[in-house]
Amino acid sequence: MKPKLYVLVLLMGLAGLLLTAGATPCFAQIDIHIHTATGPMESHVGNVVGHSEEGAKLYRRFCIGCHGPDGDGNGENAMWFDPTMGFVKPRDFTLAVFKCRSTPTGTLPTDEDLFNSVTRGFVTTNMPQWRGLTDQDRANLAAFVKTFSERWATQKAGAPIPIPPETPANIESILRGRVLFQKMECWKCHGPQGHGDGPSAATLTDSKDVPIRPYNFSSGSRFKCGETNQDLYRIFMTGLDGTPMPSFADNIQPNDAWDLVHFLRTLQPMNTPEAALWKPYVAAHGKELKPIGQEQPGGGN
Amino acid sequence: MKLRFVVMLAVFSLAGSAMLVFAVPPGGGTVAGKVTYTGTPPKMKPIDMAKEPGCAKEHAASPVSTENVVTGPGNTLEWVVVYVSAGDQGSAPPAGNAEYHQKGCQYQPHVQVLQVNQAMKIFNDDGWSHNIHPLAKVNAEWNKSQPPGTPPLDAKYEKPEFIPVKCNVHPWMHGYFVVLNTSHYSVTGSSGDFSLKGLPAGKYTVTAWHEQYGQQSQDVTISGSETKSISFVFKATPY
Repeated sequence: MKPKLYVLVLLMGLAGLLLTAGATPCFAQIDIHIHTATGPMESHVGNVVGHSEEGAKLYRRFCIGCHGPDGDGNGENAMWFDPTMGFVKPRDFTLAVFKCRSTPTGTLPTDEDLFNSVTRGFVTTNMPQWRGLTDQDRANLAAFVKTFSERWATQKAGAPIPIPPETPANIESILRGRVLFQKMECWKCHGPQGHGDGPSAATLTDSKDVPIRPYNFSSGSRFKCGETNQDLYRIFMTGLDGTPMPSFADNIQPNDAWDLVHFLRTLQPMNTPEAALWKPYVAAHGKELKPIGQEQPGGGN
Repeated sequence: MKLRFVVMLAVFSLAGSAMLVFAVPPGGGTVAGKVTYTGTPPKMKPIDMAKEPGCAKEHAASPVSTENVVTGPGNTLEWVVVYVSAGDQGSAPPAGNAEYHQKGCQYQPHVQVLQVNQAMKIFNDDGWSHNIHPLAKVNAEWNKSQPPGTPPLDAKYEKPEFIPVKCNVHPWMHGYFVVLNTSHYSVTGSSGDFSLKGLPAGKYTVTAWHEQYGQQSQDVTISGSETKSISFVFKATPY
């Protein structure tokens, strides 16, 4: 009996030690000082008002590992995201430059844009969805993100780019979109078939000189800034700031942008309504289509 | 035809020289000098524009090179911005537009100086698209596509900053917007010469900035209409 009791006591002591040891890094983490650039911030998302002081607590718990105590994207996990392997580095909030916005290039996103990014996460990156957090929590985080750059204290968000009703997705629209894909030179990065392998693809870097890949439509992965046709339309108009993807807002009319959306849907491997129209058309008329890509000198195809 | 051209040329050059004469503000002192280097600057690399056949063709006869470190005879350094960095009381931006061109897959000029809030028009003179992407950090970063034949883009910057400019489609395209708080600046050409005119009497800090070799400053005191000579010497390294 007695030796067994000793063993039990010993085991309990060990377990206790392990628990304390395991808990230590948590306490250490709480001591990390977060550096912000502004005073407290609010966010307004629908009827919800987010508060940065509350967001800070959530940030410490969920975000600091990647985005870092300074909000500059240099958290302790960031070193493992190797861009040459196709990983995307965590966002640097100190620059206040964001990919997914509803606002013109060069302007701050709306609070709702930030909220949506936290909610949606970024597919094909290490940023997960945070649908598990309440709307209030996500609004608090959106408010807190704004404390990392003074731009939020001195500038207003841009005015969201209006998205007119979608035009009919018929074969004529797809064909017009295909002409635009050539004319606007989308293929120079995204490739003639949308495989992300255009002539400029290999040399692309983001604004921090980190290699970045253009979207490959044949991968079938979802779009980073949302999956609907409206989301796709918005990307042409806003551009993805901080990346090579420019804004076409000055040069593309709403109807043209919808045509381009309809053509891009044919490049995806999914059975989109546009692909269902396009496949039989290509089977019947494929040979008449002028190939996309660099036009050959001498005026050939 | 020819006669008309010659007449037009004469009129323009007359007008031009007249503008030069009248542009010089009355009185004030001048800071002038030369920017040179010691050491070994890197050799500029020839640019292969094969990915944009139109541009490659345009430069086929005289290939172009990178412009990070451009030197002239007598160890002079080109594309150095010499400007008054302190002591200037500030001035309103000039009324005219600065013009920045994308031509033959190069930026012209390589270094574009702007005053704070000065309007600029950006042109695409080529027969293909460029995306113009100034990598601002203090000012707002934006990135716009500019297809051929489209009207010039308008831009201006609210805060002083040295902003690298790039085109993601043509990765060799590289230039700078230099946004300054002063109207007293000069960009060196192949002679390395600079001249800051019309400075009221006072104490100034004059700074020389080069995209590869950084900044140097000197203090100068101007009294009356004298010309003070100063020079800047950058230490060049091969890379």
